[in-house]
Amino acid sequence: MNCQICGEKEATVHLTQMLNNEVRKLHLCEGCARENGLDLDGAGSMTDFLLGLGAAGMNKAELSGPKQGAVSSGRELVCPRCGMKLSDFKKISRLGCQDCYVTFSGELEPLLQGMQKGLRHVGKKPTAHAANVQMPPSVLSLKKELEEAVAAENYEEAALLRDRIKNENG
Amino acid sequence: MKTVDELVKQPGAWLRVGEETGVIVSSRVRLARNINGHTFPSWADEAESIRLLDELAPQLRCLGTCPLPLTFEIGELSRMEKEVLIERHLVSRDLTEKGRGSALFLKNDESVSVMVNEEDHIRMQAMSPGLNLDNLWKQVDALDSEIESRFEYAYSLQLGYLTACPTNVGTGIRASVMLHLPGLVLMNEINSIVKAVDKIGLAVRGLWGEGSDAAGNMFQISNQTTLGENEGEIIERLQKIVLEISVHEQNSRQRLLEQRENHLRDHFCRAIGILTHAHLLASKETLDMLSALRLGLELGLISGWQRATIDELFVLIQPGHLQKIEGKIIGAEKRDLMRARLVREKLLGHG
Repeated sequence: MNCQICGEKEATVHLTQMLNNEVRKLHLCEGCARENGLDLDGAGSMTDFLLGLGAAGMNKAELSGPKQGAVSSGRELVCPRCGMKLSDFKKISRLGCQDCYVTFSGELEPLLQGMQKGLRHVGKKPTAHAANVQMPPSVLSLKKELEEAVAAENYEEAALLRDRIKNENG
Repeated sequence: MKTVDELVKQPGAWLRVGEETGVIVSSRVRLARNINGHTFPSWADEAESIRLLDELAPQLRCLGTCPLPLTFEIGELSRMEKEVLIERHLVSRDLTEKGRGSALFLKNDESVSVMVNEEDHIRMQAMSPGLNLDNLWKQVDALDSEIESRFEYAYSLQLGYLTACPTNVGTGIRASVMLHLPGLVLMNEINSIVKAVDKIGLAVRGLWGEGSDAAGNMFQISNQTTLGENEGEIIERLQKIVLEISVHEQNSRQRLLEQRENHLRDHFCRAIGILTHAHLLASKETLDMLSALRLGLELGLISGWQRATIDELFVLIQPGHLQKIEGKIIGAEKRDLMRARLVREKLLGHG
């Protein structure tokens, strides 16, 4: 049978999902499956694919260049405090100021996940003053919550999380 | 107030006469911090860096926990003087490439220091001979808390201390231990150690050169990750691995003694011959020969020198130190001549 998205190529990827005691099936060709973010090599989940997030695919895009939105509109993220652009960071491998962590949080998260043991600081805290940088919610931990919600068939919660994730990604 | 000339005359913080150091030579703990509201050094312009330095300097010189009276303004040092500081593990090469606005603050015996406006606004470190990570962490922790009581750090609840490079974010800690591993190198077992250590989030680097070019058999092991664990956990993991590697090294030496004693003895004797008689000595060869001599002394197969003398030579034969002693920049051949003479003097008591 042919791919249900492009209608041209032979469907070689067959997805099956149990939803409210119903069985839903999708038949795609490899090209359309990949294009829509299904990670055919890794442990891709139906959740990611159906909600159009494609975890692995998005990580690759984040690491290799400006976000899709920025490219199409010609804009690039700029830190409002110090003026650093993402391309500057890529050139000198150093951030410009503490607020760059907020400005570029989307790009930094997959980087940190790859190079660090965790995404949350559990060490020494300053006692003489309070925290002075507020990080936006971690997209990766939101995605984890989303998967848990789907597994628990808590689809209303899943939809809310999906919207929050879309929001963070701009 | 000491100058770089005077530093050259004292043993470094990682070499102390009479200390029991064999395989594990020295330890160091470093913390990276940035001041709230200021652009990070690589992105700030010189005027901004100078302003911040002027603010930090008076406070750093007179801290209660650990006064740092010696100041070296990077912009005012000669290239030779910068090399000397690098060779003594007091500054990174990065800091020496900076201009005005960057400085080093130092305790008299060099055991504690703070770099200002290197990759981060503040990089503080404590060093000592032997395996001493817990104490060194306590020292920098106290120093850090005192600086923090006078200046506000850039800090987020989620990501911890914010550093210029994401590889340091969170705890901002880099703990490292220097090890002398001639046994593992001679038995060709060093590469499997490097690979194994790499897998658990630690890094192994040759102190002078990389891989098969690593001269002197000195290696530095440090943590690679700084976020997701607390400082104690990071240090404990490093310490555990260092002790395991130390055991592997002792085992290799034992096997060398059992299987290849004559070759070992020949190795030391040739090293003694070259070091006491060569007219010209290049850096790499000298480091390798000194390592052989050190191994011989540690195994008790040769005598006649203190290990401290050998360790002192490791530093004095470096190009920056040689040139500082001579008082001017000298070309490679002249340096090799000087190096040979210095080694003969130290080992034979005469030139």
